[in-house]
Amino acid sequence: MFGKLTIDALPLYSDIAVAGALITVFGALGVIALITWLGRWRYLWTEWLTSLDHKKIGIIYVTLALIMLVRGFIDAMMIRTQQAVALDSIGYLPRDHFDQILTSHATIMVFFVAMPFVVGLFNVVVPQQIGARDVAFPFMNSVCLWLTASGAALVMTSLVIGRYSTAGWAGYPPYSEVQFNPGVGVDYWLWAILASSVASMLTGINFLVTIVKRRATGMRLMMMPLFTWSALCTSILMVFAFPALIVAAALLGLDRYLGMHFFSHGDGGNTMNYINLFWMWGHPEVYILILPAFGVYSEVVATFSGRRLFGYESLVYATAALTVLSLIVWVHHFFTMGASQDVNAFFGRVAPLVAVPPGVMIFDWLFTMYRGRVQFSVPMLFTLGFIVTFVIGGMTGVLLAAAPADSPMQNTTFLAAHFHNIMIPGALFGYFAGYQYWFAKAFGFRLEEKWGRRAFWACIVGFYLAFVPLYVLGFMGMPARLDRYYAADWQPYLIVAELGGLLILCGISFLAIQLGVSIRDRAALSVPTGDPWNGRTLEWATASPPAAYNFAVVPHVNGTDAWWAIKQAGRAGHRPARFHDIIMREDSSAGVVIGATSFVFAFAMIWHIWWLAGLGGLGMFAAVLSQIFRNHAEHRIAASQVEAIENRRAMAPALAPGAPT
Amino acid sequence: MTDSVITAVPGEQTATEEAERAIDEKAYGFWVYLTSNAIIFALLCATFAVMSHNTAGGPDAQSLFRLPYTFAQTMLLLASSTTFGFASAAIAAGQRSRTLVWLNVTFLLGLGFVVMQISELYGMAAAGAGPWRSGFLSAFFTLVGTHGIHVSVGLLWIVLLGCEAHMRGLNPFVVSRLHRLGLFWRFLNIAWIGIFSVVYLPGIV
Repeated sequence: MFGKLTIDALPLYSDIAVAGALITVFGALGVIALITWLGRWRYLWTEWLTSLDHKKIGIIYVTLALIMLVRGFIDAMMIRTQQAVALDSIGYLPRDHFDQILTSHATIMVFFVAMPFVVGLFNVVVPQQIGARDVAFPFMNSVCLWLTASGAALVMTSLVIGRYSTAGWAGYPPYSEVQFNPGVGVDYWLWAILASSVASMLTGINFLVTIVKRRATGMRLMMMPLFTWSALCTSILMVFAFPALIVAAALLGLDRYLGMHFFSHGDGGNTMNYINLFWMWGHPEVYILILPAFGVYSEVVATFSGRRLFGYESLVYATAALTVLSLIVWVHHFFTMGASQDVNAFFGRVAPLVAVPPGVMIFDWLFTMYRGRVQFSVPMLFTLGFIVTFVIGGMTGVLLAAAPADSPMQNTTFLAAHFHNIMIPGALFGYFAGYQYWFAKAFGFRLEEKWGRRAFWACIVGFYLAFVPLYVLGFMGMPARLDRYYAADWQPYLIVAELGGLLILCGISFLAIQLGVSIRDRAALSVPTGDPWNGRTLEWATASPPAAYNFAVVPHVNGTDAWWAIKQAGRAGHRPARFHDIIMREDSSAGVVIGATSFVFAFAMIWHIWWLAGLGGLGMFAAVLSQIFRNHAEHRIAASQVEAIENRRAMAPALAPGAPT
Repeated sequence: MTDSVITAVPGEQTATEEAERAIDEKAYGFWVYLTSNAIIFALLCATFAVMSHNTAGGPDAQSLFRLPYTFAQTMLLLASSTTFGFASAAIAAGQRSRTLVWLNVTFLLGLGFVVMQISELYGMAAAGAGPWRSGFLSAFFTLVGTHGIHVSVGLLWIVLLGCEAHMRGLNPFVVSRLHRLGLFWRFLNIAWIGIFSVVYLPGIV
């Protein structure tokens, strides 16, 4: 009746696991109780969960990312603490539990922090940047959101019911095969990444079509803002790369569920094929995560230098070049696997090329700032911190891309430090910069500056303290992922790294305080013009927060920096002669139902409760069926209503553009 | 310095224009989806190619595949593509009943293909050559099975759209859905040609 699910699934194997489970359960109950006490269920359901408004979907994505960031960061601190104390001892974590935490830290950070953050920023910003009223497929957008949430919920559930995978975030076979890992851990990992991959692939399609088909009249490709360019390139990568992860995960699933021999040792299995398939997705994924951050930096640098971007075209070509290069360098993730000399030679030559386009970009950003009036706002601080720190990550990357140098360094903490150097100051700082920059757009008030600066300094100093020791330890030969060790000269470095982690903890706490302070002082921080930074691109032309339809009248675009040009021409805030009806997609509850039933389906598959899996599958099918034959799922916002909304918008005169371009 | 101006869009945004744009975007999005689906098939084909000799002492391609059988199967699928073409012509001419007839024929041919495939795979599994026997057979069953599942989804789709066309007539929405179904069906044909050339032909010739 309940498959493999018994009372033994409760995490009674360690006190720390019990504590984690209790925090998860009481956290969830606390949120439910709070919403009930406030009586906001109906509001939540009609305004948020069932909303197909891309801005709201984006905000939910970013909220999910921030919540999961806390979970992923707690995992990181547990790892750092274990390594700081586990000299000649078992530390405080049992080995099996340590491996679970290592796996969940990486899975969460990649799939349920970075990905939703990226897609959330796309959702809030891209349609407004191109002068669109919505994405091309609003319903699919909602489905993707709730599939992602369902994957995140699976990872959280594994804290309470059963265990998580111990096979690392990449899940290499044969260890992730059922012979060595018969429990439910790998299955939790498998279904969580499958849900997330399908959602990401469909999101890629959605934004590709949106950007290609929904740009404002006159906006040619070479007039698009850089963030939209990065979104376009990222979408292409999502469409091309995620199928590889879906295939890798599905084949591993067939091995585990049906006893096939894709990746098993013996019986004709081929372990290396998994590693190829996984990194065919894995390398483009790095660019899926970092190109959007590059896009944010471009917007931030231009806005806060008061100048148009230096080398717009070279930035576009660099972004496009990275998109192509990222698809042909995957083997550098496993030079030591045993491929032939020729294969390694080819990939060893191509891999360092990846460093060229970001180099071009960094010079473009520097030249944009040169002789500009640089304002050191919080987004700009994150950008400057990125430029300095990312150069180090790039150089260590070139080192690792050389196949002979890679051999001694592979699987050491040097690699872990390089990877985090790319992902924290590279990607995450970009998301933070975007969050600080566009928060005012989404909510109508700015984030408070002082706590933002404190958060930045804590994050960047913390980053150096946490990861420079890992570079050094890599040279000293420390393998990554150790749960205990016997080399006394490693410990001082690991203690410094722990201190760095604590500083990053301060940074994250300061971000939370900043949010609280900003909500408290929202009246003083409000942005009545909708354009607090004297922005250049079209998203600053809408109200803050934007109306459901974004633009009452879609502007006509003649060049880059469309909003700047409108302001220069003195046409900002002009009212159109008359308003027109606007047709928008109706909200739908099917997206959240698909998310919920996909969770039921995956949970049942993990525990081999076949009847429940059948019910979950049927539920998903029925919800999809309820939508695909609807021809008139639109509703009309009457012109008079549009006029009323636009009149309410405070039409304060837009900031006069001061600096020359 | 370039110059941008706000200009009012002349006229109201009509429901018809909205519908036309939605149909256009869906067709484009469907092409993009087919690209990613093609990558899935390409990767499964590559996986099969890597594992085609990993028989682990079990049966190999030569002893399992029967060219005439697979050829007949292929002909069924190709014929179904032709009959779908007739259905498309009928749609273009706005003839509902003729459309339904050709959709029915397409469905039967596709069903024949799936039934032949199930019987082939079932026969192999019953004879001890199931997907759990060797890496080669895992890759074979998965590649061919994935294609078969896609064709089955296509069959279900034909039924659903056939019912819709019967009830609602050939309105622009139904026509656009039939157009995307047609793309999907042709895509499955092309994928099958790939499978036939990568899996069956080298195994036998």
